[in-house]
Amino acid sequence: MIGNLPFVVCIVLVLLGLWALLFRRNLIKVVIGLKIIENGVNLYLVATGYVQGGVVPIWTYAPPDAAMVLPTPQALTLTSIVIGLATTALMLAFAVVIHRHKGSLDGRKVTELSG
Amino acid sequence: MNLTVHAPILAIAVPLLGAFALPLWGKLGRSLRDLWLLLVAAATAALVALVAVQVYTTGIQVYTLGAAWPRDTLAPGGFPIRIILAVDALGAFMGLIATLVALVGFAYAARYLAEEEGKTLALTLGTLLWAGMLGMAFTGDLFNLFVFFEVTSIAACGLVGYRTWTSRGPEAAFKTMVLYTVGGLFFLLAIALLYGEYGALNLAHLARLLRGSTVDRVALALLLGGLLMKVGAVPVHMWAPDAYGEAPAHGVVLLVANTQVSLYALFRILFTLYGGLSDPGVGWLVVGMGALTLLVASLMAVVQMDLGRLVAFGAVSQIGFMLLGVGVGLTTVASRPGYGLLALRGGIFHMLNDALAIGLLFLAVGAVERAAGGRNLGSLGGLGHNLKWTSGFFFLGALALAGIPPLNGFASKLMIYQGSFLLSPILSALAILASILLLAVFVRAFQGAFLGPRLGKPDPVPVPMLIAMGALALGVLFLGLFPDLVVRHLVTPAADALWTGREVYLQAVLGR
Repeated sequence: MIGNLPFVVCIVLVLLGLWALLFRRNLIKVVIGLKIIENGVNLYLVATGYVQGGVVPIWTYAPPDAAMVLPTPQALTLTSIVIGLATTALMLAFAVVIHRHKGSLDGRKVTELSG
Repeated sequence: MNLTVHAPILAIAVPLLGAFALPLWGKLGRSLRDLWLLLVAAATAALVALVAVQVYTTGIQVYTLGAAWPRDTLAPGGFPIRIILAVDALGAFMGLIATLVALVGFAYAARYLAEEEGKTLALTLGTLLWAGMLGMAFTGDLFNLFVFFEVTSIAACGLVGYRTWTSRGPEAAFKTMVLYTVGGLFFLLAIALLYGEYGALNLAHLARLLRGSTVDRVALALLLGGLLMKVGAVPVHMWAPDAYGEAPAHGVVLLVANTQVSLYALFRILFTLYGGLSDPGVGWLVVGMGALTLLVASLMAVVQMDLGRLVAFGAVSQIGFMLLGVGVGLTTVASRPGYGLLALRGGIFHMLNDALAIGLLFLAVGAVERAAGGRNLGSLGGLGHNLKWTSGFFFLGALALAGIPPLNGFASKLMIYQGSFLLSPILSALAILASILLLAVFVRAFQGAFLGPRLGKPDPVPVPMLIAMGALALGVLFLGLFPDLVVRHLVTPAADALWTGREVYLQAVLGR
């Protein structure tokens, strides 16, 4: 059970982020909620690749017959972090533009589009 | 060295490079930029056509990145861990749709976009979106599917919101981006679950390994949820009318193609990845989402007063028709292959028809907005006196979308009605009801915008925009008059690739 704790923590993070998305109206907090979900997912990915007592997966550095952690999830996580950077930057840019037009970041006050 | 082998990767790489180089050419001069875009678009279209011809004549094309020989899909020792592209008939079909839409969109954008209103940016984002769509259609790897999913998300939201001097564009883009990003993260979490269980990312390899455990089911739910957000099915459709309403018209047609390519990713996961686990519950879920989408969206279209949002809800309802057709196929194809395949073909064929008809409508709305300076049905009227061609195109697109014979929407909707009738007559009745509602909506819109007394003198519509609309209108007419030709040669192989071609796909990638 204790071995599964990292996964539980990741899922809790994802749920916390979803809660922020659904119940926070400030656009910046919505972006923060998205980042929390993203970090939960990224941690989950890294946790799947962990090997008990494993070393850094660099072939030339590892001592002979040492167990290595899986390198693929780390590569996936790196890619996902870069993508997350792009989406976060774009969303914050949109939030800045919305604030410039409306003088507010309250999702319910700034909206013009509905129905 | 045979260069045609490399066509699948070049079809993604050329527009990607072309997109990022476009602003640099834009700095040097407008004509240089346009020439570069023309070159990139022509090269990409030729490459996609080459891939499609190869796939339709010789079968699945597999391309391995980073191998000594592009057909070596397995690493030494027989492990399928390499990054591959696998293009089957359905992937090629989606590539063709994306290419057709992109070409028409760029032809339209040549005069539709104003230079001082970020034309270079809009063209760059459009090319990037095109590259992402081709990547989604061609990849054979779950993680690359996620990466291209995000490429299309970012490009699409940029396209919705780049007009920062309006307040509505960025708002629509923010909303869209939230749903796209959550969808993408659900997708990534599902990938993490599957990787944690099987240690594989290759679609074909995973398809062989899946056992139907609880983790697999949770992953399927996350994949479905993530992709349905991107597709714009009804409970999570709220981004679609905003984005379609606020993006520039040439971008909207690309956004529509993007939802269809996401729908393709959904089908790929349901049939190729999870096709080995027969579970009618999932099929019924897709059917239910489809029926809900087509009904709710066409009801919402009735009350719209903004021409752009009205057509946008029409576009959402068409997604429901595709989900219904393919969902019925998924539910019945194992027990009653005749009807299942018919519904499946109807759903796939409807993607092409929808791209043409809804694209035509959105381009006509863009022309109306440019000519009359607004889209509110309360203030528009009498445009048919001056904009004869545009009103004709709008009328044609509206009839095709409502499924009136002899236009293309009828051909595919009839197949969906027939296929779903066997599963439950209620489904057919709902689908026909939605079509009737759409007809009423579009007749009202046409009457409000184009008929009646002349209210003002609209600007004439530039010729390139008319040519782009004319190309789509010709497609609408041709597919309506000769549906057999397309169904037999393009749609049937694509639909068969999902079900009967599953084993062929797995063998082509894994070699066993």
